[in-house]
Amino acid sequence: MIHTEALTRTFGSGKDTVEAVRGVDLDVAEGELVAFLGPNGAGKSTTLRMLTSLLPPTSGTALVAGTDVVADPAGVRRRIGYIGQKDGAGHSYRVGDELVMQGRFYGLSKSESVERGRRLMTSLDLAGMENRKVSTLSGGQKRRLDIALGLIHEPPLLFLDEPSTGMDPQNRANLWEHILRLRAERGTTIVLTTHYLEEADTMAERVVVIDHGRIIADDTAEALKAEQAGDHVWFSVPAEDADAAAQVLDGHGEQLERTTAGATVGLRYRVGHGTRALPRLVLALADRGIGVAEASVRRPTLDDVFLNLTGRSLREGGPALTTSTEGQPA
Amino acid sequence: MTTSDLVLPARGGAAPERRASSVLTDTGNVWLRETLTIVRDPFSLIFSLLQPLIFLGLFGPLLSGFTGGQDLGGTSPLQWFLPGVVVMITMFGTSMTGSNLQYEIMTGAFERILATPLSRPALMIGRALKELTPLVVQGLIICAVAAPFGFVIHPLGILLGLVLLGVFGVGIGALSYSLAIAARKNEWVFWAVQQTLLFPLLILSGMMLPLEAGPGWMRVASQFNPLTYVVEAERALFAGVLADPSVLWGFVAAFVTAAVGLVVGVRTITRSIF
Ligand SMILES: Nc1ncnc2c1ncn2[C@@H]1O[C@H](COP(=O)(O)OP(=O)(O)OP(=O)(O)O)[C@@H](O)[C@H]1O
Ligand SMILES: [Mg+2]
Repeated sequence: MIHTEALTRTFGSGKDTVEAVRGVDLDVAEGELVAFLGPNGAGKSTTLRMLTSLLPPTSGTALVAGTDVVADPAGVRRRIGYIGQKDGAGHSYRVGDELVMQGRFYGLSKSESVERGRRLMTSLDLAGMENRKVSTLSGGQKRRLDIALGLIHEPPLLFLDEPSTGMDPQNRANLWEHILRLRAERGTTIVLTTHYLEEADTMAERVVVIDHGRIIADDTAEALKAEQAGDHVWFSVPAEDADAAAQVLDGHGEQLERTTAGATVGLRYRVGHGTRALPRLVLALADRGIGVAEASVRRPTLDDVFLNLTGRSLREGGPALTTSTEGQPA
Repeated sequence: MTTSDLVLPARGGAAPERRASSVLTDTGNVWLRETLTIVRDPFSLIFSLLQPLIFLGLFGPLLSGFTGGQDLGGTSPLQWFLPGVVVMITMFGTSMTGSNLQYEIMTGAFERILATPLSRPALMIGRALKELTPLVVQGLIICAVAAPFGFVIHPLGILLGLVLLGVFGVGIGALSYSLAIAARKNEWVFWAVQQTLLFPLLILSGMMLPLEAGPGWMRVASQFNPLTYVVEAERALFAGVLADPSVLWGFVAAFVTAAVGLVVGVRTITRSIF
């Protein structure tokens, strides 16, 4: 469905050049559900805009739905759907009108367009808003309308740039139900970008991690987590025993973190199989006379994968490896 | 028709016939989307009718007083002035239309529309035609209002006059969109350029005041202004003189403007990064 070779895109010239995408090689088969994951400015939108023919690549080639994006952009547009990162619906238009006109832009008849619009509005929780002006919708409602606009012609290949941003959990679930149904019923190929790690983790079959305009990992979420992160075990031990404890634990895994909180020290290690390793490690520490005050196991997240690949966290603000349920560094 | 002349070569796949007919369908759909905003909010249309009437009501008598009630170019001042007002509202409407597009570029709606298979000329033509929809209503109402004050109605002439303005308006609209796209990062540039160009064009067309009384350089400059030919053609048509050579020149000026506008517009759309 998609085949790219060394796709690049630079913006600006001279000193202000931004290399937004630097050599992306990507293959997506028919029916796949792929999530692009990466921090702000990674080049996700730029890649999507090249694949949807909205932006000509600086170099490299991209075949989308069997059509070259540079040679036949109109052909690409006929075969895809695109939901951009910004508002798709025009603010001065009515909700119902935008949906029906979008259907007609894709060559649907008026009645077909009205019917599909009505169904989409029901399933995306927008029923009854046909006559509202788009500018009066809430952020989440606008976003759902954008989704409806992108789905009305039921394209075989769908690109979604941060589709669920701004939606509440209930509506995010509705959106996913819709996307997954579309896929089950019509075999739609779906490429999306997201900032929600959980979303990429649980929904996408394949996660493409992008950073600084390059693909740095590309696999199923499970495989990425197993290869790149492993499980984390965490122990809280008295400060005076910390060095001895570290000595014991170093033989079983890689130390990720050491934090001091008052009279105790927190030690975090990456190990192969966390739930199995934890009791053994507690016993090993006890053998050396080290009393473990607290212990926990954490399954890795895609954030751990990203951290491991880049040394940076995807989570906004927070320090790399602490979660709210565990001890924060003092 | 210009619409089918300007179809970009269909690269790969689609048969030319299909593309040609789809430019018309696409234009109709783009026009419909824009026109729905008027249909849904007719008050904006009613309000836009007031503006030319006020202009006619205030400027017309002034002009009559200026000429001492004497005829202008062989007709009554009203007969002379009214076609100019109709051209003026076309110029105002179509030259400002780019700012709507700028708003749609800003919010992202234009990107969504660019991602649809709509043909690029249709994006320009459909939008510009929308600005002309109220113009037809405005033009007819102005004529009806002016009739009791000595304005003679020549239906066929008025009809042809509106067609001429339609063609010309598509060109000005497309140029306005090109300007809007070129200035999408600085909205004020759009207004600065639009205002800077609009008034010299209007004045140098002899639309508001006859240029015969002006200095020679103005008369020379007006010969290079396509609007001059459009205004003269409109005066002939509204006077019911369909066979006047100025009508032919008016249509030539209108079609050239439309062709230039669409070529520039389509190039700007396909070459810009939004
Ligand atoms: N039109 C443009 N002109 C100049 N630079 C641009 C343009 N579009 C994107 N960039 C730059 O290219 C880089 C990649 O941007 P892009 O929008 O693809 O990121 P992203 O991964 O989608 O980020 P986000 O998560 O914030 O949406 C950024 O540094 C951005 O500033
Ligand atoms: Mg983005």
